[in-house]
Amino acid sequence: MNIERLVTMANDISRYFAAEPDEAAGAAGVADHLKKFWEPGMRKRIVAHLAAGGEGLDPLAKKGVERLAELDSKALAAKG
Amino acid sequence: MLSIVEIDRGTPAVKSDTQITLEIDGRSISVPEGTSVMRAAAQAGINIPKLCATDMLEAFGSCRLCLVEIEGRKGYPASCTTPVADGMKVSTQTTKLADIRRGVMELYISDHPLDCLTCPANGHCELQDMAGVVGLREVRYGYDGDNHVYAKTKQGEANPHFVAKDESNPYFTFDPSKCIVCSRCVRACDEVQGTFALTIQGRGFESKVAASQDNRFLDSECVSCGACVQACPTATLSEKSLIDRGQAEHSAVTTCAYCGVGCSFRAEMKGDEIVRMVPNKDGHANHGHSCVKGRFAIGYATHPDRINTPMIRNKINEPWRIASWDEAIAHVASEFKRLQAAYGKFSIGGITSSRCTNEETYLVQKLVRAGFGNNNVDTCARVCHSPTGYGLKATMGESAGTQDFDSIEQTDVVLIIGANPTDAHPVFGSQMKQRLRAGAKLIIVDPRRIDLVRTPHIKADYHLKLKPGTNVAVLNTLAHVIVTEGLVDEAFVAARCDRVAFDKWRTFVAQDKYSPEAMEAETGVPAALVRGAARLYATGGNGAIYYGLGVTEHAQGSTAVMGIANLAMATGNIGREGVGVNPLRGQNNVQGSCDMGSFPHEFPGYRHVGDAEVRGSFEAAWGVPLHDEPGLRIPNMFEAAIDGSFKGLYIEGEDIAQSDPNTQHVTAALQSMECVVVQDLFLNETAKFAHVFLPGCSFLEKDGTFTNAERRISRVRKVMEPKGRYADWEVTQLLSNAMGYPMHYKHPSEIMDEIAMLTPTFHGVSFDKIDQLGSIQWPCNEQHPDGTPVMHVGEFVRGKGRFMLTEYVPTSEKVNATHPLILTTGRILSQYNVGAQTRRTANVMWHDEDRLEIHPHDAEERGIKEDDWAGIESRAGQTVLRARISERMQPGVVYTTFHFPGSGANVITTENSDWATNCPEYKVTAVQVTRVNQPSEWQKRYQAFSDEQQALLDAAETP
Repeated sequence: MNIERLVTMANDISRYFAAEPDEAAGAAGVADHLKKFWEPGMRKRIVAHLAAGGEGLDPLAKKGVERLAELDSKALAAKG
Repeated sequence: MLSIVEIDRGTPAVKSDTQITLEIDGRSISVPEGTSVMRAAAQAGINIPKLCATDMLEAFGSCRLCLVEIEGRKGYPASCTTPVADGMKVSTQTTKLADIRRGVMELYISDHPLDCLTCPANGHCELQDMAGVVGLREVRYGYDGDNHVYAKTKQGEANPHFVAKDESNPYFTFDPSKCIVCSRCVRACDEVQGTFALTIQGRGFESKVAASQDNRFLDSECVSCGACVQACPTATLSEKSLIDRGQAEHSAVTTCAYCGVGCSFRAEMKGDEIVRMVPNKDGHANHGHSCVKGRFAIGYATHPDRINTPMIRNKINEPWRIASWDEAIAHVASEFKRLQAAYGKFSIGGITSSRCTNEETYLVQKLVRAGFGNNNVDTCARVCHSPTGYGLKATMGESAGTQDFDSIEQTDVVLIIGANPTDAHPVFGSQMKQRLRAGAKLIIVDPRRIDLVRTPHIKADYHLKLKPGTNVAVLNTLAHVIVTEGLVDEAFVAARCDRVAFDKWRTFVAQDKYSPEAMEAETGVPAALVRGAARLYATGGNGAIYYGLGVTEHAQGSTAVMGIANLAMATGNIGREGVGVNPLRGQNNVQGSCDMGSFPHEFPGYRHVGDAEVRGSFEAAWGVPLHDEPGLRIPNMFEAAIDGSFKGLYIEGEDIAQSDPNTQHVTAALQSMECVVVQDLFLNETAKFAHVFLPGCSFLEKDGTFTNAERRISRVRKVMEPKGRYADWEVTQLLSNAMGYPMHYKHPSEIMDEIAMLTPTFHGVSFDKIDQLGSIQWPCNEQHPDGTPVMHVGEFVRGKGRFMLTEYVPTSEKVNATHPLILTTGRILSQYNVGAQTRRTANVMWHDEDRLEIHPHDAEERGIKEDDWAGIESRAGQTVLRARISERMQPGVVYTTFHFPGSGANVITTENSDWATNCPEYKVTAVQVTRVNQPSEWQKRYQAFSDEQQALLDAAETP
């Protein structure tokens, strides 16, 4: 799936949560949104993109994707 | 002519807590105070003769036929205009009354043709009935004198009173020679429809009905809603279908398949042929009114373009091959299984439609989740109201509007944002106009001067003519005024809302940057107007917000929906009659298709697939393990298809190749797939890219339910057999069985029983219950056994109302030197969505092409005149439309509709979308417009491809 498109979508999401005065809460909001609404393949892509430097991602989007990576790996571990 | 089965009680029902008891012809009867003597009598089973009275209209008292005698009163009062009084004693039939009535009828008939046997109203003509009722035996006056009946006088000269039949309207005729000047048509146009297109012209014997300044009906302001035709007691206004086919012999109540108002209709039938559609007076959404689409535009259902046999082809440049159902279903199942084996379980998916019933959409998502084993299911609400679902759930706890339509009767201030009810939701638009004429205030937030800004007897108190893309900014300025001027309903907020979230929001919107003055340059709305509008909404009594796609189809669609909910909560305008947040849904089952679990992340009832308990209940009922992660949304499916990971798609009743943005991207995605299955009425734009075509059913062939914009579940009843043999739900079931996931429903009611069992908000719903109550607004369960007209009473569905922060983030779609104008899109009254249905009806007489509306200044700068070809170019593509110069537009903004595929409106629109839901930003595209003299390259390619596909259809071979 086109990574530029995914980056744009992640940035759009982060710009909504940027209104949150507490940045950690904002990042959690981004991560929660991605987790709830993005198909796992798309999430894997964006996580991999961040791991490769995350070009084009806004700072809050990066934090959100970081948080998402944690959530997803935790869920994976829980499933065994 | 009235419906063949409805009873007309003469004057409208009256609501009152006080009962009045009177005596009519010796019978004692109690009725609500304010009821007319005529209606009271009708309730007692006594039908007083009448001509100018009908219960759809206020009493008029002109025909002098309904006279009665009342003990202790002088003369012969008209029973339609006389309200009941306690102890009143009424006689409806005396020798004197009989004489008067016969005299009146004799005069009427002396100027009416006596061609009853060949008249279309024969058998259901009220004039004929009254002649019978009063015992008219002779007409002493003859026709030699002045009359309106004959074209020529006895002497062979032209009769100056005679007016020839007007057959200009494609659906009904106006024959003035049969007119009795009862004014019912004029009053229906005024009171019910609110268009004021008809008038009584002249005085005395010269009086006649005329459509705007004596135009032909088609050329007049008439919007062809049909209210006048329904109101006419004679054959003066008659449906052409009635004239052609004769009277119906039976009728069935069903629900219109056009917009989200979801009008109830009586399909009046002869055998399996429809004579006419008559709006149901008992219809809870429409109360006997209709529009040009629902009442008249049904010819598509029997159009020769319907494809009634399955077809298959391997490649889209090959001719179609006609196949049996068995072969077609087996082929789809084997292809889908092959794709899943080769590319994985997640390589296929399905799309449901707002044009399908609840039972059909439920079954498609069940097929995808249980049969395909993934959650790749989405619906066309993705491109219209998905932000409504997100925004209202986040703030109030339920993805639905809060009121019923009738709530507007209690509204003091109507706030319309990004909606055009008189075009897109005409029947509710008429109800809204009635309330506005009765004195409710009106605020409109819209970049265009929609009709409601100034229409007969209505003028908006405020029109905030914002720049497209600045909805959130305007909503924040309105909130800023409410918060900083102390207009918050503190008691409501304290009792009903989450305090922490509210305080955070209050601080947020109180920032100086959201003052109307600071935002003026960005939004284009003068600060004083914002302040005035905010004060009016917050303090003007019951404030109700109505919004549409002008709110949702933006990069910040979900944010705007939350901004709207914030406004309503801050002012206490939630949780009772007359207030609320009301999304006007574009298509008739948008609400239902969303309710039924069509979104990739949610089961029916808006419950996330990741919720183990909910998933467990579906796994237990469906007998298979279900995937716990969200699937692909429609735009994700396109991306995945182009990527090579998504290969097969089952589309029921949707036309994504026309309706979705960035057409060239969509068609590239369709061409990347190996098995596209389209189940539809016609070879629509998407079907031109399909490998399998399965015949679908029109709403006339369906059994099931639709859920309208007010959460109202109504029955759709089959009035004719499916033209392609199977009902849509049966096709899905056949496919599921062939895929190896068995389904054994025998009737759609069994599907609804399963929905009710698995969905808490539907626990009390069944076909029997709907039949019994007429319609039900969900939630309908143990707590609300008869449904829920108003939601969030006493408590929000989520407990405390949650204020959400709504930062204004300007869209990335900005005007610049190469694309200096903003294109916004919308609808028109006579056409519906992609037009597949309405383009195949006579509605094209009102709108036969999409035009580009452009402000005179912008047009002049570009040398564009009315009707010139205008080239429109965005970064996504190019198309050409004829120009319409219009001051409804503001300079810098152009507008078009998207009802014709060749217009390519979506060739221009981009992939930009709402941050939360990926709902496309249809309403904001930066474009340049130039004068051109030929169609665009895309249009030429489209035409060639379309012609080729038609040829491949025509060449369809039977093996």
